Amino acid sequence: MTTETQTPSPDGTWTPRIVAFFCNWCTYTAADLAGVSRMKHASNARIIRLMCSGRVDPQFLVDALAKGADGVLIGGCHPNDCHYVEGNYKCLRRYQMLKRMVADMGIEPERLRLEWISAAEGEKVKRVINEMTETITRLGPLGIPQKFDEWDREMEHFAEHVAAREAAAAASARAEAGTQTEPVETAHA
Amino acid sequence: MEQAVKDTFNQGSARANAAYQMGRRRFTVEPITRLEGHGKIDIFLDDKGDVERAYMQVPELRGFEVFSIGRPAEDMPQITSRICGVCPTAHHMASTKCLDDLYQVEPTSAGRKIRELVYNAFMLEDHALHVFVLGGPDFIVGPEAPPAERNIVGVIGKVGIEAGKKVIATRRRVRELIAYFGGKVVHPVFGLPGGVSKALDPAELPRFKELAKDAVEFAEWTVAVLKQIVLGNSEYVKMITSDAFTHKTCYMGMVDEQNRVNFYDGKLRVVDCNGKEVCKFAPRQYRDYVAEHVEPWSYMKFTFLKQRGWKDFVEGPETSIYSVAPLARLNASDGMSTPKAQAAYEEFFKVLGGKPVHHTLANHLARAIEMINAAERMQELLNDPGITSSEVRRIPTSVPKEGIGVVEAPRGTLFHHYQTDERGCITMANMIVATQNNAARIAMSVERAAMGLIKGGRVTEGLLNKVEMAFRAYDPCLGCATHSLPGHLPLRVNIYDPQRNLVQQLVQS
Amino acid sequence: MPKPKIAFYWCASCGGCEETVVDLAEDILGVVEKVDIVLWPVAMDFKYKDIEAMPDKSIVATLLNGAIRSTEQEEMAHLLRRKSQYMIAYGACAHLGGIPGLANQFSREHLLKFNYEDGPALANERKTRPQLKFTDPNGREPVLPELHNVVRSLDQVVEVDYYVPGCPPTPKITRQAVTALLEIRLPPKGSVIAPDIALCDECPRKGSKPTNVSFTEFKRPHEKLMDPELCLLAQGIVCMGPSTRSGCAAACISGGMPCTGCFGPTSRVRDQGLKIMSSLCANIAPKEEPEIDKVLSGIPDPVGTFYRYGLAKSILRRKMNMPK
Repeated sequence: MTTETQTPSPDGTWTPRIVAFFCNWCTYTAADLAGVSRMKHASNARIIRLMCSGRVDPQFLVDALAKGADGVLIGGCHPNDCHYVEGNYKCLRRYQMLKRMVADMGIEPERLRLEWISAAEGEKVKRVINEMTETITRLGPLGIPQKFDEWDREMEHFAEHVAAREAAAAASARAEAGTQTEPVETAHA
Repeated sequence: MEQAVKDTFNQGSARANAAYQMGRRRFTVEPITRLEGHGKIDIFLDDKGDVERAYMQVPELRGFEVFSIGRPAEDMPQITSRICGVCPTAHHMASTKCLDDLYQVEPTSAGRKIRELVYNAFMLEDHALHVFVLGGPDFIVGPEAPPAERNIVGVIGKVGIEAGKKVIATRRRVRELIAYFGGKVVHPVFGLPGGVSKALDPAELPRFKELAKDAVEFAEWTVAVLKQIVLGNSEYVKMITSDAFTHKTCYMGMVDEQNRVNFYDGKLRVVDCNGKEVCKFAPRQYRDYVAEHVEPWSYMKFTFLKQRGWKDFVEGPETSIYSVAPLARLNASDGMSTPKAQAAYEEFFKVLGGKPVHHTLANHLARAIEMINAAERMQELLNDPGITSSEVRRIPTSVPKEGIGVVEAPRGTLFHHYQTDERGCITMANMIVATQNNAARIAMSVERAAMGLIKGGRVTEGLLNKVEMAFRAYDPCLGCATHSLPGHLPLRVNIYDPQRNLVQQLVQS
Repeated sequence: MPKPKIAFYWCASCGGCEETVVDLAEDILGVVEKVDIVLWPVAMDFKYKDIEAMPDKSIVATLLNGAIRSTEQEEMAHLLRRKSQYMIAYGACAHLGGIPGLANQFSREHLLKFNYEDGPALANERKTRPQLKFTDPNGREPVLPELHNVVRSLDQVVEVDYYVPGCPPTPKITRQAVTALLEIRLPPKGSVIAPDIALCDECPRKGSKPTNVSFTEFKRPHEKLMDPELCLLAQGIVCMGPSTRSGCAAACISGGMPCTGCFGPTSRVRDQGLKIMSSLCANIAPKEEPEIDKVLSGIPDPVGTFYRYGLAKSILRRKMNMPK
């Protein structure tokens, strides 16, 4: 099953799609600030607000990649500043392991990025998003949904083959005549 | 002929080699049932309807050696046990011993005793499975019996419901012992370098000792049943000693210092078809003596004696083909390490005309003799006071690099060989499984049986089943033999005329 | 009233699930009486032709174990799906891909090359490979079953009604599943037939499970002598219990070793490996990268440890950057 892939840009070429998970208290506020200050940055990041970077379940990050994101960005409060005290540390620890795991699964760890961005650092939001867009542009599309489709094509061949066989079976059932020896068909998978 | 049926067959059938199809008629025995794993026998007839060539093909490959790369070595006993769910303990043990070697650590005394106890229990119950459920029904019920009876249910019909219940109950109790130490019996968890994960609580000793005593009786009864039903039947004896089921290859088995059969530890001894020792080597040296050969018609590789070179599928004094498993172990040894088994061993060779015995079907009887040995060993170990010590493991201290571990699996010699980085994560894993060691001889057995039994194009189900019997006598574990990638063939018999038209379908049923 | 028809079948499997059915021991005689086993390759001789000739949905249930890796296995899965009212994914391989799913971290070519060219005991200078496909003189192209590049769980191939988890499933949950089937007391479609709660709930060591854990290191089982009564997590040993469904009576723990996750996750978890990673790794003591990395190095193989059985069903399924 194909899920939607990249946002078509005006001239049809690929442009990175980054999903960003920002914590409510710091980074999201900073992103707001960047917006209100009319800072221009690349439009490639889709921002999702959570209450804390510690709420970022690694399943979200990997699911985003699997659904077509080319990169994922996490923004949280600086060490010691977490609104919920420990949340950002948990996020950091998970992030460190997740980078290893995605690398072991053949995905460049640069596609994941974690930044501490405080509420006043609108400028940093702009810089980080721009940098990440550049990095992902350099790395190219990740294209996991397309990969899934490509892998599953080995099953489509079989489905076609079964359909062809069933059609042949129906045809030979119609052709009832008493043949003694029928040539054996070769079947291709 | 239903098109869909033909197509399904064609979809699944494999041709060994294009040249062999030239003007040949061909049989395929599919599926081979009542064995572990997936296999297929292709029999090629010539124009006279006699067997020209037969292949046992193993169409599977699962990839264990490669997907073990990167895994922590201490996970390998549990990962490799998934090569086979019937003999998981064999892989688990070979792997555990490999870890000992990898970390240069010896198991503690109690750790070793527990390992041997569990291992002998496993040999006993696995052999019992084969005798009563897998290969044995051929004999106990009879090869000409209708297919619906050639299974455990038919066995129970023959030996009686009470005896049948005893088989099932004894096996269950032995498996419970394994589960006590291993957490579960299929895919146990006890193996670690330097020992085992769980000690034996002295409170359990009485019931285990009782079990071991019953196990010895059960094993002796099994030998008696086989002797009575099989050796007491002259038709069977003729079949067992017939040319169709006889091969003169070398034989390999693990032995202790006195050349007595040992399933858990020792050196590997090889004798030639006249019983003369060819070599005896420690597991670490396996690569100097054993090599793997590839044929284009099967995924399974064939081992042979490296120092003699690959000489193709031939037998005789110069052959480089060897076989393993109960018959081979008895042939390659000078005796059994326990008294009742030793008595049965001596009688076995006396009845069958001296060592070595080349009759493949004698494997069934040899298997039952090993059951006695395993049960007696269980008794000995449970009577050893050291087995209840709580010091069941020591912590390794060396930096790991390379290890080799070998055991005798029920079906023959099993080699595990790992290399790791300094953290103990696998960089290379090589497993040579029991059935690979038998692969060449199995192929020859199948071919010989087919040639002996199928003449002038006359093929019946009973005859085909006899060919399969040659195969099943080795108790081949194709799950093990094909530890590389998964695949599966549905098996059936197809007869092709020289124009390759499918003219008849004989389904093994 | 004719006996309900049941089929057992195996794909890329080790046979352990078959053993479990046989381990129902004395019960097996009872089961045989109540059902008509139409297919069971390991223990009974039978005819495929008869299965194909059966009317659709005439088999009450097929218990299929093993992962799907070849066209052959795919074909049988589809055939049995057609002929069965209920298709039951039996065992971890059918449920999640199982240990064979770890092959999804490697390409098929890598597997074949090691097996036939690079193995240390090989005597194969000519690099002979099994012939997968060739043309015979009559122009026919017989094929070995085509091995897919990707290992799949059963529900990635056909629609599955129920899952019986475990590697292997225990006799107890197997008995529960078969009884529910015969008595027609089935849970909602798609259910995993095991309790929907983490293993910790039935673990004998749960009394010592720490409420607040803060790992200063992870120890691998061979690196320390483990206390046989204490929660393994409390001892710094990685245990998959918190992210694994219960139902096995904590078998591995009673053998003195940690859970490795074979029952798969509860219904509220999409990716078992990421969930346990999240839980364990978030709760280590250090706060700075170098110290964090040092503690995490106690888990040298996160993919193999967290996805031992579930790689094929994980969100990513397979390594991404392989040639094919």
